[in-house]
Amino acid sequence: MEKTLKKVDIIFEIDDKQSPLSILEKTIKRSPDEIILDLIDSGLKGRGGAGFPTGLKWKFARNEDSETKYIICNADEGEPGTFKDREIIDRVPDKILTGMAICGYVVGAKEGFIYLRGEYNFLLKNLQKRVDDYNLGMKKLNFDFTIAIKSGSGAYVCGEESALFESMEGKRGEPRNKPPYPTVAGYNSKPTVINNVETLVYTSMICRMGPEQFKALGTSDSRGSKVFSVSGDTPISGIYELELGMPLNDFVNEFGDGDTKAVQVGGASGHCVPRKKFNDTIIGFEGIPTGGSMMIFNSSRSMYNVLHDYLEFFTEESCGQCTPCRVGCQQLLKGIEAVKRGERPPAYLDDLKKLTGTMKIAAKCGLGQSVGNPFNSIIDNFREEIIY
Amino acid sequence: MSTTEALVKELVEKNGKTRNSLMPVLQGIVQNERYLSEEALLSVARELDLSAADVYGTASFYTFLDTVPRGKNIIRVCKTITCHMKGKDEIVNSLCNALKIKVGETTHDNKFTLLTANCLGWCHKGPVMLINDEVYPDLTPQKALEIIEEYAKVAQ
Amino acid sequence: MSKYLVNLKINNMPISVEEGTTILEAAKMLNFKIPTLCNHPDLTVAGNCRVCVVEVKGARLLAASCATPVSEGMEVFTNSEKVRISRKHIVELLLSEHNADCTKCFKNGHCELQDLSSEYRIGDHVFLDMVKEESKIQDISSPSIIKDDSKCIRCQRCVRTCTELQGVSALAVVKKGDHQKISTFLNKPLHEVVCTNCGQCINRCPTGALTERNYIEEVWNAIYDPSKFVVVQTAPATRVALGEDLGIPVGQRVTGKMVAALKKLGINKVLDTDFTADLTIMEEGTELLTRLKRALVDKDETVVLPMMTSCSPGWIKFQEHMYPELLDNLSTCKSPQQMFGAVAKTYYADKINIKAQDMIVVSIMPCVAKKFECERPEMRDSGYQDVDYVLTTRELAMMIKQAGIDFDKLNDEHYDSILGESSGAAVIFGATGGVMEAALRTAYEIVTGREVPFTNLNIKPVRGMEGIKEASIKIKNVKPEWSFLEGVELNVAIAHGLANARQLMEKVKSGEAAYHFIEIMGCPGGCLGGGGQPIPTSPEIRKKRAEAIYSEDADMPIRKSHENPEVVEIYKDFLTEPLGHKSHDLLHTHYKPRKRY
Ligand SMILES: Cc1cc2nc3c(=O)[nH]c(=O)nc-3n(C[C@H](O)[C@H](O)[C@H](O)COP(=O)(O)O)c2cc1C
Ligand code: SF4
Ligand code: SF4
Ligand code: SF4
Ligand code: SF4
Ligand code: FES
Ligand code: FES
Repeated sequence: MEKTLKKVDIIFEIDDKQSPLSILEKTIKRSPDEIILDLIDSGLKGRGGAGFPTGLKWKFARNEDSETKYIICNADEGEPGTFKDREIIDRVPDKILTGMAICGYVVGAKEGFIYLRGEYNFLLKNLQKRVDDYNLGMKKLNFDFTIAIKSGSGAYVCGEESALFESMEGKRGEPRNKPPYPTVAGYNSKPTVINNVETLVYTSMICRMGPEQFKALGTSDSRGSKVFSVSGDTPISGIYELELGMPLNDFVNEFGDGDTKAVQVGGASGHCVPRKKFNDTIIGFEGIPTGGSMMIFNSSRSMYNVLHDYLEFFTEESCGQCTPCRVGCQQLLKGIEAVKRGERPPAYLDDLKKLTGTMKIAAKCGLGQSVGNPFNSIIDNFREEIIY
Repeated sequence: MSTTEALVKELVEKNGKTRNSLMPVLQGIVQNERYLSEEALLSVARELDLSAADVYGTASFYTFLDTVPRGKNIIRVCKTITCHMKGKDEIVNSLCNALKIKVGETTHDNKFTLLTANCLGWCHKGPVMLINDEVYPDLTPQKALEIIEEYAKVAQ
Repeated sequence: MSKYLVNLKINNMPISVEEGTTILEAAKMLNFKIPTLCNHPDLTVAGNCRVCVVEVKGARLLAASCATPVSEGMEVFTNSEKVRISRKHIVELLLSEHNADCTKCFKNGHCELQDLSSEYRIGDHVFLDMVKEESKIQDISSPSIIKDDSKCIRCQRCVRTCTELQGVSALAVVKKGDHQKISTFLNKPLHEVVCTNCGQCINRCPTGALTERNYIEEVWNAIYDPSKFVVVQTAPATRVALGEDLGIPVGQRVTGKMVAALKKLGINKVLDTDFTADLTIMEEGTELLTRLKRALVDKDETVVLPMMTSCSPGWIKFQEHMYPELLDNLSTCKSPQQMFGAVAKTYYADKINIKAQDMIVVSIMPCVAKKFECERPEMRDSGYQDVDYVLTTRELAMMIKQAGIDFDKLNDEHYDSILGESSGAAVIFGATGGVMEAALRTAYEIVTGREVPFTNLNIKPVRGMEGIKEASIKIKNVKPEWSFLEGVELNVAIAHGLANARQLMEKVKSGEAAYHFIEIMGCPGGCLGGGGQPIPTSPEIRKKRAEAIYSEDADMPIRKSHENPEVVEIYKDFLTEPLGHKSHDLLHTHYKPRKRY
């Protein structure tokens, strides 16, 4: 099923006839199990990066036996090159709140929280107002669910779900051991559904339009569409909702500046794809999955600088608790510097690549596990740029 | 009771006397006082019945919860890749020259602290900076200087 | 509720274990050793060092075996290629941010990181040196503890110890990323923060990042100095643990060998803190009875009850920081170590005709807080610093090794006299509940003229490793002069480990429980689990040491403090009576409130 680039308008579409609150009103007339079936049927996978099937996640949480459960909207958006959640929060906040409320209905939670990164504090005032209005709306529907906002304070790793819970509990944002998973023990050790901003909007849209229309988009592995954050060397940087499953080549043709040398798919923790692989690379879970960040580099850019920037980012933003990540990131960063300066031979890069192998399987959380993605894909494709 | 203690008491009252309130309380202090002084950290520890080291350990994890004195206005210029590509160095240099400080420092009149930050989520409009909670995308050195001039005026 | 059994295979060997067991525990049952660093039997699971990773068939990631529960059908490999490579990388990474100058390191030969790197033959590993210069500046502000960040592997065992076991949280993890480290409030030196000097963090630090401030050279110098007369006192708990550092199995008593070794080292007189433990019972027991009398007979409202023991300097500093409002509850008695120092440089010096200024009193202690205690300005009642140097059990073991003494082959020797005689009641000071038991043995007999009504004098309800213990003893048929105690139910409580102490103090403050007497020991298990005892420590090890202590007590000819003939003698010759004028001058002290925040 070869897809081509297609722009879609689901997330930001404003439907004058049907407010998000009325979607909630309509949806809670159905049974939770029906809603879960629809979500599973839609094939929706999480848009926060890990790509876990959303319907299943809700089902697990629903199956937990607990008085208290929580719904959390992950709005910590810290992945370099990603800015779509900010735009969604700014433009269609009620759709997010609807997704949260439906989720609360489905799993049996009475409280929801939006964890908004500190860098987005300027959104707070307006968002708080929308949340207040929405809470009022739910009250009028006699629907027992309340949403509140929690703020982050500048720590990328707090986007990792268990670190986010720690942070909400007033602690250092250090990721926890898994299992237990959030649906069993999340915030305050209670069953918790945590979803990305965009995922929640899609759930409310699927509830509005049914799974079929969503399923019709994308491929069998990657259903539907997704919002992309396009930046770098492009004349038309910005936010675009695109059908999943397109070849990267299409994307570059649409967004590149004619001189594209590489695209970093999935942000700093994603993969760098060089020009010669544009044709064979599918954007989706079967190819390279992405939380939506697409950074385009043209031939004037030094890939050494790109990698150096990423590694600096991870070195600073690692929570620091586990050995492979805390020390590994420093070794990678200082390692490429040493090779660049000629203090280590080029073959040292291969030692470092092996090290990323360990980081990938032995680090405690997704941060340390994914540092090898940019490292290996840049070293493999632009080795000379790193050495000379 | 000092103003800091009063502030902490008020914030704890508002958010609840539990550990889960630690972040909003610390954020509230930073909002008002720009950084967490020793006095502020100690009174948070006292009010929430936590150890002082624990409060400091938690605060120091978060980039925005500063524990060293900061100026009235905190400038954070994004230093991550796209902003880097789009000229954040020039922005930082022109701010350094205009304010006569280096990154990480505070002006003598205590009006500005200049910092860098990781990706601020405006990569399509880089370079970008935050001043306190306000965001300024699509910067040029010229624009950046004009913006801080506005702040300098207000601060007077 | 019975637990489900889970079936799994480890290195192809089948095993069934209870649900909730970790892979690490299951592997241990099959005798597969998996290396660990951040894991510790006394602490919650952290899962941050990652050296314990294992491969689980079908899983994308390796699993941290200490933090991963078993699941049905799991197939685990503890030494696959992936596991070995990862583990080796992890040790190499740790070493790359480690100031590995083992030959200069106090932990040389006793270091978990060193063991691991020698096991994996990590010679000249390839990674770059990441040791930060500023991390090499040691914190030597505390008289008890040295903190060297350049040797820290961030396992957070110390932080968990200080928080979970001690309820102090003087240490915390600060900052993140490459700046993450273990530190104090605003990175202040240890002596400026709420650290109690208990040393429990030292006992659980796998490396040389936290060690006791050692005084080995100072003591050797004193021994070699002909103008000095060196007197040693040994604390109760040292005799059931010293052997562990000298190749003797856990739980074996080495009292006689310890004395013999000390004599071989060239110590002039080897005496016993147990003597002053008995003396403590006389003073503290009398203090308790006096307080009770003032409260019950004189209806004196200024009397503060419950009275709390004061033998544990870590506990004392804890109380000064955390509950300054309860300082008057503390017994005014000095700890046995300090009573010893004060008596040694006065009464004893006179007896043996040595000038106090020529005498060096060295303590062998299971404790590092005692190093701090002996430097307190209040502890100079002899006119000199009463105790000159405090060595931990571990430091003594090092000296014995340095002297080339074959410890195991030594014949038992006796303590010198005087100040060397003791009772079983003094020995049990080393275990949680021991001071209480000793006090009850004496006080009950003083009041009733009869022995405590427990088989073989073993007051079982106050023994054991429960965090907080409570007991009541009904006092009946008292002697006429104690008639006010007739029928009184004496309520006592015991806590060990400062986190438990904190809980108990909260109860006292809330008035929820009306106790008369409370025993607190700063360290888990009491002094036998002290911060200066051989490393490693675990609930099992402490249990064995406790058993050794109680069997030492059972074997003693004298079991009650008031029957120690040297104690009787010192009152006759010197002190006149408990709480008398001399006692007041030499054996009692006062406390000072310190900042909690
Ligand atoms: C280091 C790190 C940072 C993350 N940051 C975010 C984030 O900012 N937003 C987000 O939605 N998910 C983030 N995630 C993924 C979350 O852990 C989690 O998988 C996600 O919120 C689940 O939502 P979804 O199923 O809707 O994708 C991050 C993961 C890691 C390891
Ligand atoms: S991988 Fe990195 S961010 Fe994740 S737990 Fe380990 S140190 Fe922390
Ligand atoms: S801590 Fe261990 S590995 Fe490090 S220098 Fe000391 S003995 Fe060597
Ligand atoms: S000595 Fe005791 S109180 Fe001090 S840091 Fe160590 S564990 Fe905490
Ligand atoms: S000081 Fe010791 S116990 Fe604490 S983190 Fe460092 S190595 Fe671990
Ligand atoms: S890189 Fe600067 S805002 Fe994202
Ligand atoms: S021992 Fe398991 S992660 Fe450290």
